[in-house]
Amino acid sequence: MINFVNVSKRYPETGDVLRNVSFHLQRGEMAFLTGHSGAGKSTLLRLISVTERCSRGQILVDEQDLSSAKDSQVPYIRRKMGFIYQDYKLLQDRTVFDNVALPLVIAGYSHHEVTRRVRASLDKVSLNGKEKKYPFALSGGEQQRVGIARAVVNKPPIIIADEPTGNLDPALSAEIMTLFEQFQQVGVTILIASHDISLITKLNHRVLKLDHGQLVAE
Amino acid sequence: MKYRNKNRIKKDPPIKAPKLESRKTMVAGGTFKDKINAHRDLHAHALFSSLGRLLATPYNSTITIAVLAIAISLAGGFYILVSNLQQLTANLETSNQISLFLRQDVSEAHAKKLADSIRLNQAVQSVKVITKEQALTEFKTYSGFGEAINHLETNPLPIVLEVLPKNTLDDKESLSILLKSFEQSPDVDFAQMDLQWVERLQAIVAVVRLFANLLSVLLGAAVLFVIGNTVRLELHQRREEVVISKLVGATNAFIQRPFLYTGFWIGFFSGVAAWFIVAIFMLILNHSVEALSSLYGGTFHLLFLSFTESFALIAASSLLGILGSWLVLICFIYGKKTR
Repeated sequence: MINFVNVSKRYPETGDVLRNVSFHLQRGEMAFLTGHSGAGKSTLLRLISVTERCSRGQILVDEQDLSSAKDSQVPYIRRKMGFIYQDYKLLQDRTVFDNVALPLVIAGYSHHEVTRRVRASLDKVSLNGKEKKYPFALSGGEQQRVGIARAVVNKPPIIIADEPTGNLDPALSAEIMTLFEQFQQVGVTILIASHDISLITKLNHRVLKLDHGQLVAE
Repeated sequence: MKYRNKNRIKKDPPIKAPKLESRKTMVAGGTFKDKINAHRDLHAHALFSSLGRLLATPYNSTITIAVLAIAISLAGGFYILVSNLQQLTANLETSNQISLFLRQDVSEAHAKKLADSIRLNQAVQSVKVITKEQALTEFKTYSGFGEAINHLETNPLPIVLEVLPKNTLDDKESLSILLKSFEQSPDVDFAQMDLQWVERLQAIVAVVRLFANLLSVLLGAAVLFVIGNTVRLELHQRREEVVISKLVGATNAFIQRPFLYTGFWIGFFSGVAAWFIVAIFMLILNHSVEALSSLYGGTFHLLFLSFTESFALIAASSLLGILGSWLVLICFIYGKKTR
């Protein structure tokens, strides 16, 4: 589902951030991406979200070559993925419902369909009844669950999470991970960047470790 | 967004990947009718949400719209000024008639003889003698100085011969030769071609019109920049929303739409406000102009913007609004990386 082939990323200012990174995540696989700060985790995720393009090598997502994708295709590539962030990236002036509905509105779903899917998605993350609340009225764990609901609302085959539990306590983190495992069970490919070693070791999933831009261990 | 990396090193041979028609996912869910409805909903939502945001900041919006309305009404005002001047000059007969003002000491009988001799000229169609008394009566009627003239002891007006050259004589050169031949007569004080001063007046109006057009272009550019700047500020304010929307798969068109509608609304309201400013000015001016016109025989009436012109004014300002925000969006989307 996600296939990196000898991928390098070089910035003119800092030099190589990623060097010859190769890995292949199968459909329905869940993996952790770990490594010290500045090892290139975020850069790798930005390559998958096509916020950046690789300098060398090839990235295939759902069999589509990202390096040759036109700018106009990028939005449609992103619709195949759900992104989850450490800082949630919610719109503070919109209700929970509107935040979760955003990907569906963008993709042009009908009003009826939007309502149905947003309800289902909020139900999945146990936030039903909070549709009309604003993000600032929610706790950190709840806000992250809104972020997850938004990421899965249009049923993408891939979920990418960047330090999703970075701001949460261990109990909430475990809860979020359970959610991810549930998505994996229905066939979603999940890549989670994290340096929460204790959490990673507790869960028995594949681990990709980056060190100074190189994949050192699996 | 530009992704081209200057430091892209030579690529490894790419793995063959089947081309996916990612456009298929453009509009998802439901039947074709659902998709059309969804598209319509998107536009309706952008239309009304941008209006809602303008209303949510009433002071800012009012100030912006007031500035734009004044600029647009200036352009509109100049347009009306020019069209009224044109109306004024169009009413004037553009005949090639020549007026011969005779010396004060020329008697009426002598003037008639002179007229008869001019009638013999091959190039002349007709000659009309206007006596001093006729001229005075006419002047009293049309000048508005009727009362004052009654107090004059002697009639200061000369006898005038109105010479109408033949229609075939319409080129300026032969007309001016004819004019000069009349001027040489010792009885003629001076000869005046009517066409000449009509042409002069029309030339002045043409200069004013050109000036008004240039000014309108300048004011249009000002409108463009003010709207552009307003949209730029809003874009800055809603930067987070733009970034997040892009991350969840929004196309540039989706991002641009509400801002284009914002530009439209600002332009539209400014156009309507400008129309009212012009209308109020015209109402104030109309009374005085009518009074003035009545002194000159009442043939002139102030022209106001017609329905088509009013529509064009509002449409042009709305279009300027869309164009202004579009220019800013182009700069924003292609000039900078929006991650």
